[in-house]
Amino acid sequence: MEITLTHYLVLSSVLFAIGLIGVMRRKNLLMLFFATEILLNATNIAFAAISHYIGDLSGQMFAFFIIAIAASEVAIGLGLLIVWYKRTGKIDLDQMNSMRG
Amino acid sequence: MELYLYIALFAPLVGSLFSALFTATPKASITGYVASGLLFTSFVSSAILLSYVTGGHTVHVEMMTWMATGDLYIPFGFVVDQVSVVMMMVVTIVSTVVHVYSIGYMDHDKGFNRFFAWLSAFVFSMMILVMSDNFAGLFIGWEGVGLCSWGLIGFWYHKESATWAANEAFIMNRIADLGMLIGIFLLYWNVGSLQYDVVFSEIGNLPLNIVTWIGIFLFIGAMGKSAQFPLHTWLADAMEGPTPVSALIHAATMVTAGVYLVIRAHPIYDLIPDVGYFIASLGAFVAMFAGTMALVNRDMKRIIAYSTLSQLGYMFVAAGLGAYWVALFHLMAHAFFKALLFLGAGNVMHAMSDELDPVKMGGLHKVMKGTAVLMILASVALAGIWPFAGFFSKDKILEVAFSSEHYILWGTLWITAGLTAFYSFRLIMLAFFGEARYKNFGFHPHEAYRFMLIAMSPLAVLALIAGWFENDFIRLVTTLLPGFHFHTHHVELILIAVTSLMALGGIATAIIMYRNGPLSRKWEERFCYKVLINQYYIPKFYEEVFSKPYKELSRLAWKEIDVKIVDATVDMIANTIYKTGESTRDIQNGNLSSMLRWMVIGLVVLMALAVAFTIGYNAVNA
Amino acid sequence: MFEAVAFYLFAALTIGMFTITVMTSQALYAITAMAAGMIFISAFFFILGADFLGAIQIIVYTGAVMALYAFGMMFFDTTRNVVEKRTNPQIVFVLGVLAAVMVVAIFVAPIVSNNIEALYPINPTVGNSQAVGMVLFTKYLVPFEVAAVMLLVAMIGGIVLAGKKMDKSLTLMDEEEIAMMQRIHNRHQEKGEH
Repeated sequence: MEITLTHYLVLSSVLFAIGLIGVMRRKNLLMLFFATEILLNATNIAFAAISHYIGDLSGQMFAFFIIAIAASEVAIGLGLLIVWYKRTGKIDLDQMNSMRG
Repeated sequence: MELYLYIALFAPLVGSLFSALFTATPKASITGYVASGLLFTSFVSSAILLSYVTGGHTVHVEMMTWMATGDLYIPFGFVVDQVSVVMMMVVTIVSTVVHVYSIGYMDHDKGFNRFFAWLSAFVFSMMILVMSDNFAGLFIGWEGVGLCSWGLIGFWYHKESATWAANEAFIMNRIADLGMLIGIFLLYWNVGSLQYDVVFSEIGNLPLNIVTWIGIFLFIGAMGKSAQFPLHTWLADAMEGPTPVSALIHAATMVTAGVYLVIRAHPIYDLIPDVGYFIASLGAFVAMFAGTMALVNRDMKRIIAYSTLSQLGYMFVAAGLGAYWVALFHLMAHAFFKALLFLGAGNVMHAMSDELDPVKMGGLHKVMKGTAVLMILASVALAGIWPFAGFFSKDKILEVAFSSEHYILWGTLWITAGLTAFYSFRLIMLAFFGEARYKNFGFHPHEAYRFMLIAMSPLAVLALIAGWFENDFIRLVTTLLPGFHFHTHHVELILIAVTSLMALGGIATAIIMYRNGPLSRKWEERFCYKVLINQYYIPKFYEEVFSKPYKELSRLAWKEIDVKIVDATVDMIANTIYKTGESTRDIQNGNLSSMLRWMVIGLVVLMALAVAFTIGYNAVNA
Repeated sequence: MFEAVAFYLFAALTIGMFTITVMTSQALYAITAMAAGMIFISAFFFILGADFLGAIQIIVYTGAVMALYAFGMMFFDTTRNVVEKRTNPQIVFVLGVLAAVMVVAIFVAPIVSNNIEALYPINPTVGNSQAVGMVLFTKYLVPFEVAAVMLLVAMIGGIVLAGKKMDKSLTLMDEEEIAMMQRIHNRHQEKGEH
């Protein structure tokens, strides 16, 4: 049984959906960040798979840059989170409602 | 010569702008000197142009394009021809005198700089009005003088009556200007151009009824500016402004713009003698009507204002009967002596601490010799006594009326000539002769500054001699304006004698009646006195017939239409939006988690759209 | 055959791990499961012949990112049970499933994949790392440098945000509080001078 690109893309989609569920479900900001990592990884799989099946290295390059972005995002995100935590003592999404209209 | 044209036109503007720079600062005499100096420059340029035009040339320049869209082409063009150069001379002479005079008159006024800014701006507008070579430019000047007139009547804006009078003048003129604008539109509609030369060469090809309408509408505009019945009430109220303004704007220049318009548009009025006859009749009526109101009035400036109205009536009689050059001649002569009269009244006013009732004066000639002499001179000229300017011009108008066999007009004007002489000398007698009643009221009159009197003297000289140049004047203006054929050579001397007798009779009556001061109270009880002092109840009539119903209508519109329909509609729209906002406010609840959900929902919708469109696209292409 | 077995095995493991990450209420479980999931994902990269990417995945994610999160967890004291308020959990799953279906529909339907040609074909004669290096430092040199700068910025930003005293926000205070702070500050300075 041959494993085709479609298999990988379906896997990627499923992981992406799990990430989305996490994003919507989580209220704790740290856990929310985990879910965003899952989203990024799901796309990485898709990129790598497409790169392999089409025979083009560009997909892998994009995956690299996504990893770099993910690393930056974690650094900045955690920094902001620490500032917020120092000020309020909480990292609960439901309590961040200063933007209430 | 173009250079002189531009200097004559723009020097007042420069003066105005220069003075306008200082409007927010305390009095700076330099504004008065600069503005007067620039006006004198303008006057010199006009004089040079006059000598050039006398040689049979005209100057016509097109400064720049103003409007050019489709078939519409209106340039900023200026023309100096025999008619406009006369007007330019009148305007610049009188305004130079008035400017110099105002340096003294407005000496103690807080708005000194502002006054000169407005006054010079007025002269600039007036110059545009008379020099424009098309109706659109004339209209700009027309509106410009209206605006400056508004600013100057309401110059003492802290006085309720002044602002009211300013608004009245402005609004009445707007009503009339609408008529004029319609006339201009009709012209453009039918001729396709607003240039004088094009219009006047084409006008003969138009159907007569259209020309009639054009003439009527243009004359409505002229009626407003020249305060002809029934739009005359503003002129008397306009006396709220400073006296130099009354002299310049409401006697010598602006109010004659209507006459100028009729003269300028003479090819139109030549085609429609019926309208011309109407104009003449209205003029004669106003001459008499205003003259009678001046008989009893107890406000020095209003008396002179009514006399202005009356003299404007004379001019319209001449213009309406086709004797355009006579109208222009009287316009010029009148400008000189009427401005002089006003400036003299200004001196008296100053001396009497702004008291205007001549009954409270009396015997002023002892303390104000110079002013008294100048005013008597102007009054004699106004009454039309040989050899003063008024004699020549007014006499010609009577002759015109007689010669065109409109004897009723002639009779009216003849009686009015007597009235004119009477009220002029009533004023003189009350103010300058008799016992010194002012002492009872605690006034301490004093003569005006010497330089003010000197500034007035050119006008006095002109009031005296302007009539002597009648033949030169005729030669100059009849190159452009049609001549008028008098058929009265056989009775000319009789006419002159009759008219002069009437004027002399008026003077004599006035002197005899008022030699002992004002008349007794008994006179004021009479019906005709009451009618006259209340201006024939016309302001009251306007109040009842126009103002009150309008007020009621406005109140109705406010209570019923505005509040119940317009406001309600607007409120409803606002409320709907407000309620929508209130009910959708939950979207902006600031909860990031639900925002993330909305984001995912958006993502799903977009992807669904992408899928749907792709399927549809493939299906269509397949 | 071997490939298929490996794919299904790692697919099941990855999905399982990530599901735990998303669903558990124990923060420690979540981070552990995610670290495991990251490593399993690198297995796909190896299967797909992207050796270098797989190595990076392990080093960067499981090494660096997870370590950062672990520090963060310790800082925020979330090692205990994470209490979260749930609202409408059904909608969340429905939306997730719908999104998955859509993505699959887009990928599987031959919309884009048919007409793609390889711009940088994988050269079989050299190894993956070498090939990646060649492309990365020629065609993608500028993005590479930009990414490096971005990482530097992120590093400095992270240090500043976490290290600086930023427990007060001027924008969230009203004017009186700011004025009071200013007075306190001035008083401190005066004391310092004397």
